[in-house]
Amino acid sequence: MSLEVRIRQRLGAFALEAEFAAAEGVTALFGPSGAGKSSIVRAVAGLSRPEEGRIVLAGRPVLDTSRGLFVRPEARRAPVVFQDARLFPHLTVADNLLYGWRRAPVRAPESEIARVIALLGLEKLRQRLPRALSGGEKRRVALGRALLASPDILLLDEPLANLDAARQAEILPYLERLRGERNIPMLYVSHAVEEVARLADRVVLLEGGRVIASGSVFDMLTGLKAAVPPLGAVLDGLVTARRPDGLSEVAFDGGVILVGSGNPGERLRLRIAAEDILIARQEPQAISANNILAVTVSVVAVAGGLCDVELRCGSARLVARITAASARRLELAGGVAAYAVIKSVTVDRNAGP
Amino acid sequence: MGLLDPSESEALLLSLRIAGVAVAASLPFAFAAALLLARGRFFGKTLLDGIVHLPLVLPPVATGFLLLMLLGTRAGLGGFLFTHFGIQFVFRWTGAALASAFLTFPFQVRAIRLVLEAQDAGLDEAARTLGAGWWDRLFTLTLPLALPGLIGGAVTAFAASLGEFGAIITFVSNIPGETRTLPLAIYTALQSPGGDAEAARLSALSIGLALVFMVAAQAITRQALGREDR
Repeated sequence: MSLEVRIRQRLGAFALEAEFAAAEGVTALFGPSGAGKSSIVRAVAGLSRPEEGRIVLAGRPVLDTSRGLFVRPEARRAPVVFQDARLFPHLTVADNLLYGWRRAPVRAPESEIARVIALLGLEKLRQRLPRALSGGEKRRVALGRALLASPDILLLDEPLANLDAARQAEILPYLERLRGERNIPMLYVSHAVEEVARLADRVVLLEGGRVIASGSVFDMLTGLKAAVPPLGAVLDGLVTARRPDGLSEVAFDGGVILVGSGNPGERLRLRIAAEDILIARQEPQAISANNILAVTVSVVAVAGGLCDVELRCGSARLVARITAASARRLELAGGVAAYAVIKSVTVDRNAGP
Repeated sequence: MGLLDPSESEALLLSLRIAGVAVAASLPFAFAAALLLARGRFFGKTLLDGIVHLPLVLPPVATGFLLLMLLGTRAGLGGFLFTHFGIQFVFRWTGAALASAFLTFPFQVRAIRLVLEAQDAGLDEAARTLGAGWWDRLFTLTLPLALPGLIGGAVTAFAASLGEFGAIITFVSNIPGETRTLPLAIYTALQSPGGDAEAARLSALSIGLALVFMVAAQAITRQALGREDR
């Protein structure tokens, strides 16, 4: 485990009591505002000091109140990418990027600087001052600055918050690339399901200062017991072939799915919303949908006029939302064989290793 | 200097030198005091704030007298400095600089403190998580960002130093070439018969100098506070 957190902290009227562990990859701290996500990040970074608890970073205890241990933030190697970027206004982009690099106990090789600049597309911005950057550019520089500090963990405190959709779309691919290319564990604070579904490996769900659930992103975002709304399925797949008709075949745990993009060998993360799945008892013929999967109904949950149906497809799970009337008409029940007609699949590129 | 006679230009140069030394010597202390007042949380902060601002409301003559009691060659501290180190402030231009520094200290502290308080504490946090310790952050972040405040405070204090009178004449007397600054030269001219024209010339010079420095200080401070867009 690269990060272990067990903290208890009073912040005014708010009590934070959280315990979780995070492994390699991206761990999302997910929950509504005021759930304590940022407070956890501050405690991990060392910017606040919980009254009680223990934090272990990359095998090194940085907080242990039982023996009075508190490692100051400057000695933790846990840089934070804040949502307001916090670039140093008097330094150029290049000097901002190197601020942490120059202070790292073990500096990354110089070649790494060029790689990070290329990874984040900052080549043309190097000599600019922060006030001449757009909101999205600032976040990218902040990300690069943290990356170059040879971090043991990267703390991302809503790095996409307060950006419009276009700016978010500009940064997300960089985060995905980062996730794919680096072995640095990341703690990613977010209250947007889409971000979590795209980037996270594990999800820690918070509410009112407490961890209410945690697990893999597939468990947390898929299926009827999913702790995180909205309903849908998250699948990781490997592109096996590109067909002449322009579609790509993606192999996943439950079979093969066709999507509009992707090259052979590429790993993709797919998301299928519950509203985008139709259920048929017989295999539909002459239908526009490209993906029809043979499935087995595992759970049928009626709530009011709607019905959520969990479908097993190999070892993968899908979830469909239909009307209760349709469920009755189709006589859906656990164990019944059916076909899932998938109207649309959202493809997030670079699902990572 | 065609307009001024030798003794007048001597007074002008002396004033500039005393003000310059006073500001240069007190600026680091002013920065430290401003930092303490802007960032520190400690018992007695209000008292320190009061002491720093005391010279603003104290009669300068009283300040001069206080310095004389403290640093005269026969006084406790002054006597000690004089007999052991040969350091003397009374009747010396260095004493005038000391008095000026003391009296203009609040101007510097106020200007620097304003800029420090406007600084975003978040930047300091970001620097910490990037591995910068206290002194490191002081020199790479706090100080460079406070530079406009330092310059603004220094210019204001310099201008105020040029006008110092009461403390200087009380503490170090009115010695031509040593402690006779512009205001003291104006006073001397007014005391001598037919010195009105000279007093007027020197006064005009003083007013001009003060105006130039005040405008400069205002411009610098305004720019510093307006530059908060990141």
